[in-house]
Order: sequence, then structure tokens, then C-alpha cells
Amino acid sequence: MSTLTRKEVEAIAHLARLAITETEFPVYVASLSSIVAFIEQLAAADTANVEPMAHPLAGQVQRLRPDVITESDHHDKYQQNAPQVQAGLYLVPKVIE
Amino acid sequence: MTVHTLTIAELARKLRSREVSSEELTRACLARIEQHNKPLNAFLTVTADAALAASRVADKRLAAGDAGPLTGVPIGHKDIFCTDGVRTSCGSRILDNFVAPYDATVVARLKNAGTVMIGKLNMDEFAMGSSNETSYYGPVANPWDRTRVPGGSSGGSAAAVAARLLPAATGTDTGGSIRQPAALTGITGFKPTYGRVSRYGMIAFASSLDQAGVLTRSVEDAALLLEAMAGFDPADSTSVDVPVPKYSTLLEQPLKGLKIGLLKEFFDKGLDESNAACVRAALDVCKRLGAELREVSLPNLPLSVPTYYVVAPAECSSNLSRFDGVRFGYRCKDPKDLMDLYKRSRGEGFGAEVKRRIMTGTYVLSAGYYDAYYLKAQKVRALINEDFRRAFGEVDVLMGPTTPTPAFAIGAKMNDPITMYLNDIYTIGANLAGLPAMSVPCGLVEGLPVGLQIIGPHFSEAKIFNVGHLYQRETDWHRRAPAGYA
Repeated sequence: MSTLTRKEVEAIAHLARLAITETEFPVYVASLSSIVAFIEQLAAADTANVEPMAHPLAGQVQRLRPDVITESDHHDKYQQNAPQVQAGLYLVPKVIE
Repeated sequence: MTVHTLTIAELARKLRSREVSSEELTRACLARIEQHNKPLNAFLTVTADAALAASRVADKRLAAGDAGPLTGVPIGHKDIFCTDGVRTSCGSRILDNFVAPYDATVVARLKNAGTVMIGKLNMDEFAMGSSNETSYYGPVANPWDRTRVPGGSSGGSAAAVAARLLPAATGTDTGGSIRQPAALTGITGFKPTYGRVSRYGMIAFASSLDQAGVLTRSVEDAALLLEAMAGFDPADSTSVDVPVPKYSTLLEQPLKGLKIGLLKEFFDKGLDESNAACVRAALDVCKRLGAELREVSLPNLPLSVPTYYVVAPAECSSNLSRFDGVRFGYRCKDPKDLMDLYKRSRGEGFGAEVKRRIMTGTYVLSAGYYDAYYLKAQKVRALINEDFRRAFGEVDVLMGPTTPTPAFAIGAKMNDPITMYLNDIYTIGANLAGLPAMSVPCGLVEGLPVGLQIIGPHFSEAKIFNVGHLYQRETDWHRRAPAGYA
């Protein structure tokens, strides 16, 4: 039975780039611990010599396509959904001081 | 006229004989929505003006004799499908302001087939939920009992179709999100083979499991819609290039000699006894129609829920990394640096269950845990897949319940994720193995619907429709409407 600590959940939240509030932390420590305990029952399954499943349909591989431009330019339309743009560029806080 | 009670097949006949116009039908749907939607909370967006305009175009085609079986039929789309120029929220705050810049392939194909889009339907946030309670826009109520959930994640689609607000709606099914709500609201829900329907423009949750399908009031309607939606799409790299049969013309094959496997693992101690009785009665109907029943065991199937809760969160944590507050979607106020922008936009934009799954996925994929959880789960998934393959060597289709119990109360399972996850115990297997599966109504328990599940081998859509259609010819559970919505 593995139980996650607050510190571990903080590390996971950082990796996932999620700000978690003080009130949320205890809830996630408890529920993620119970989920991890739940999925640990997989350890008992005998999977010796079993190939991990890569695709639901046997023999299917991801198709490749020729590397040619098929899309037309929808720059302006797509940027209508952006939180902040200027001169056709996406704006974010300064990264390098 | 009570057009709201009719199926697509029945409406299509009336449309073509000019007994009713598409505009009249569209107005009837809009009036039903106006009258009933508020307490149900099924629709997030109603596109009335665009719908009326589309219905007039459909009426012209019908008048010109240039109409297909779906021309002029009103439908709704789960809000996970991108709709050009229409808000596409995926039930999330993070996409509350997102206006899709293009149509999903499913939306485009159904539009080309002449359907009239009435609006966008509520859903669990990013399709993560089994009760439609994780939506940013609030829970959807079950029209059979508004204190209960309609199931999820396609809960808005299910409630709207069950309440006769419109004849059919699209949905998506990653772990049962079409079949489970269809079962809990007494309608027909069909999930096709993985790759049968394009996922292009369908907001991704778990890409190796996600598949689009339909929620309807009859099997025949599901067949009609799927033949318009399905087929190869170069824009989806997992779309399969296999011809689409004309499902609606293959519904009448006699069931004599059909071998039905009863899923032993589904009739377990978790199955509500009254649900089991409804399913057994449905199996008797199939037997009367000439099918042979035999018990089949899939020993690894009980591991499908823990397998799913490794694979699906892992894929979701990757898919949802695109929501970063930079190019589209919600951005937090006054970010102090880029990391703060990412973390708070995501922390504030995603709801509790989505964050839980992203963190679960991040954990099982993280260094040191990948082999123990993710790789292990993909191996168990292979075992489950092999169990199904072996079973389909012996029988044509598998049958069992869709859910362990009828609809539960709103709020009952929200504080215990594992109990909520176990509601999908009978549906997840088909997703892990990429199989087509359908739920059809097969009874009522204390006034609440129960679903029969039919699972077939890859690309056996026609057989599943055939079996379900003949079952519906012998029964009238699919014609029962909830009180107050008849």
C-alpha cells in the first residue's frame, strides 16, 4: 500500500504545471493515494512474456503522410482565441530579464 | 403535432412526403428546449438562428427531391466536437471563451448529410466523469428523476434525447461515456470500433481509447447516423481505411443460430439483482429469436478498471498539456512570470477531477514509476484484448449489463473517485480492446431505465445493429418516455 505524501503531491503538481491551493492539497493527497493503491492491484497480474499493447487494432500502424503543406493560412482566425496578441504575435510575460 | 416523439427514421419519411418541414421540426425542437432545458441543464449553447437557416436550406433540398435520409433532421453535438464559429467549451472553464475555428470531421459529415445542428450539449469536463457532475456549467439532471444523474460523460446528449428535446445527439466514449448515460436514461447509445469514426476536431482525452458515436432513441437511427459519420479521414492518423457498410440496410438478418456469449464476469456480486433480472429477460428475448446462449469467461476483465485508470490519465496528462494559457483558452490574471502563467491558468482553468487525472497520469508516467504502472497496464491491456479475441473465436457477440445499477443520486459519489470509477466496470473493457459496443434499454427498475450491452468483434457494427434492432422490434423499452416528457 503506497500512500503519497504532501511533498510527493507537490512534486507531481509542479511536473504537471498545476497551481494547487492549500484547501485542495489534503483532498488530492487522500484521493491520489487511494487511486495509487487501487491501480496497484495490477502488480498481481502475471504479465511475463506479454508484449505491451501499442494499438487496439492488431497490425495497425500509424500512417505517415508526405511532408507537404496542405493547410492554408488561418493565422488571424486562430489568433482570435488568443488571450493576448500584438502584431500577429502571442504575448507572454517576459521570460529573459 | 407530436413530432418530438418520433425517431429519425420516422421523421425522414414525413420530411420526404412533405408532411412536415425541417423548419417546423427545428422550431418544435427549439420550443421543447425552451420549455424543458432549464431544469435539465442539457444544452450549453442553442444555435437557433443558424439552425433555422440550415433547416430552410434542407427544405429546399427536400422540395427539389435532392435529399438523403438525414436531410432536415435536427441533431445536437456534444460540446467536445469543434463547431466552426460556435463556442466549444468541452465543459471546462479553460475553454469557456473558445470559439472553434473549424468543424470536426463528425460535425462536417453530418452537416453534409443535411442534418440541422440545434446546439451544443453539456458534458463532464473534458469527458472525465460518469455522472455529468464535473462540468464547469453544473450537473445535468436525469429526466426520469431529476434528483439523479444522467450518467456521463455524454450526459447532456443523453438527457436531451431521453427528454425528447431532439431525436439524436453525438457523443464520445472513452470508458463508457456513450453507453453508460444511454443506459441510465433509457436510450440507445452506440460506440463504434476504434478508428471507425474520425477523431479530428474532437477534443482529445485519451487518444488510444476515444471514439465518437451516437445517442438515439432507436437502433435504426444509430445505424443511419453512423453510416453518415464513419469512414476514412486522412486528418486523423488512427482513422481506419475500411469501407463503411450501409448499416441501415443490414438490420433484418434473422438471429437464428447467432451465438451470444454471456459475460460471466459481468454477472458478479457488484451487479444489482434487479438490473440482472432485466438483462436476463432481454437474453430470453434473443433466445426466442433463435440465438444460442452460452457463458463465456474473460478472466482478466476484472482488471479493466485499474488498467484504464493508468492508461487514460497517462494519455490525458499528455493531451491536456496543450492548455497553457498562451495561444487560446483561459489565462490567469496578472501572471508574474511564465511558470506562474502556466500553473495558475491551468490550476484555475481546470476543475477538480481533471486536475486529479492529470496528476495521476503525471505520476504513472514519471521516472521510476513508468514500468511499474504504465508499462504494466499496457501489458494487462494486452491480456484483456486477448481474452476478447479468444471469446470471439467461440461466439458472435457478447452480452451483459451496461451498468451495475440504475442512475444514482446527484452528489452520491462525488467525494469518492474510486466508487465513481467503478460505475464503468462493464463498459471499459470494450474501450481497452477497441471494440464496437452498444447499450439498448431493456427494462425499468423502480421507474429507472436499465441497459443491455452488446459487444462485438472489431468492425462488427452491422451485426450489433442487427441484433439490437431485432431486439427492439420485440420490445418497447426504447419507446418509453420519462413522465412529463412524453
